[in-house]
Amino acid sequence: MSPRIVEVRKDILKKNDLLARELRARFSSAGVYVLSLVSSPGAGKTTFLERTLTDLGSDHRVAALVGDLATDRDARRLGNSGAPVRQIVTGTVCHLDAEMLTTALDGWDLNALDFLFVENVGNLVCPASYDLGENLRVVLLSVTEGEDKPLKYPTIFNSADLAMITKIDLADAVGFDREEMHRNIREVSPGLEILETSARTGEGMEAWLRHVRSLGRAGAARA
Amino acid sequence: MHELSIAMSLVEIATEEASRLGDVRIDAVHVRLGPLSGVVEESLRFSFGLVSQGTAIDGSRLEIEHVPLTVYCMQCATTRHPRSIQHLRCPVCDAPTADIVRGKDLELFALEVHDDVATHS
Repeated sequence: MSPRIVEVRKDILKKNDLLARELRARFSSAGVYVLSLVSSPGAGKTTFLERTLTDLGSDHRVAALVGDLATDRDARRLGNSGAPVRQIVTGTVCHLDAEMLTTALDGWDLNALDFLFVENVGNLVCPASYDLGENLRVVLLSVTEGEDKPLKYPTIFNSADLAMITKIDLADAVGFDREEMHRNIREVSPGLEILETSARTGEGMEAWLRHVRSLGRAGAARA
Repeated sequence: MHELSIAMSLVEIATEEASRLGDVRIDAVHVRLGPLSGVVEESLRFSFGLVSQGTAIDGSRLEIEHVPLTVYCMQCATTRHPRSIQHLRCPVCDAPTADIVRGKDLELFALEVHDDVATHS
């Protein structure tokens, strides 16, 4: 007998996608707006998040989940902001997935939050494939990383809702070509919103926080 | 190397489907891969070989079909295939477009099944 083809047509990541959908529904009913941050290691996610939690925490209820291969250093650092923070240690896994998030959120009262930030493992490749149920995915890249980075990692930029250029205070020192960077980002993700910040000097933070607040309000109005 | 996780999901779904088919041998697993799936073919092949060992689909081939990137171009009012994921533009009129119709595919499309297990095993 010759072999026959049995059509299956199932998404390989359907389990993750189903869990992500459940998370999204849970976030929506709790009225919490969820933002995830992805970048290479060293782009400044944690410093950026620390500042965001501190500034936004003055008039909103904020919290964070932070993923790393090892150690709870980031969680302890972010805890300085006064916001509740939980660490997800992934061990050898190079990305967060919806199941890890579900487990980490166990017993957390989401109704008591306005914004939840999820800091992914530093990696511009693997996190692209995994929906976390977030409302907004922010991809961060620093001025020191080279203007061609979006062309090297197009998939993650394509999966993001906003690009954040960090360490803008170092732009002159490293000869950062702003136009080239913006052009490359939009080449792999046309129309993607781009913001620029320095968490150290505070430059651009006002515009970012204004943006986050307006997204939170729009999210709450929909819920 | 998240392809290892992807391969584990793939093998899990494929063995589930295979068990539903009863006493059969799986000759091949057909996967559809889009250029925006974030998955590297070589890594997936390598991981599939490792993960499928000792399962009901051990020894099956991994057949990968690459799905072309398809976008909708507003200017031309039709679907087009951009030259690469580095340049999301219409290849005809050069207008940028973020309207992706296909390309994120990461799908177990089909199983190639041999029913006559006894004579072959």
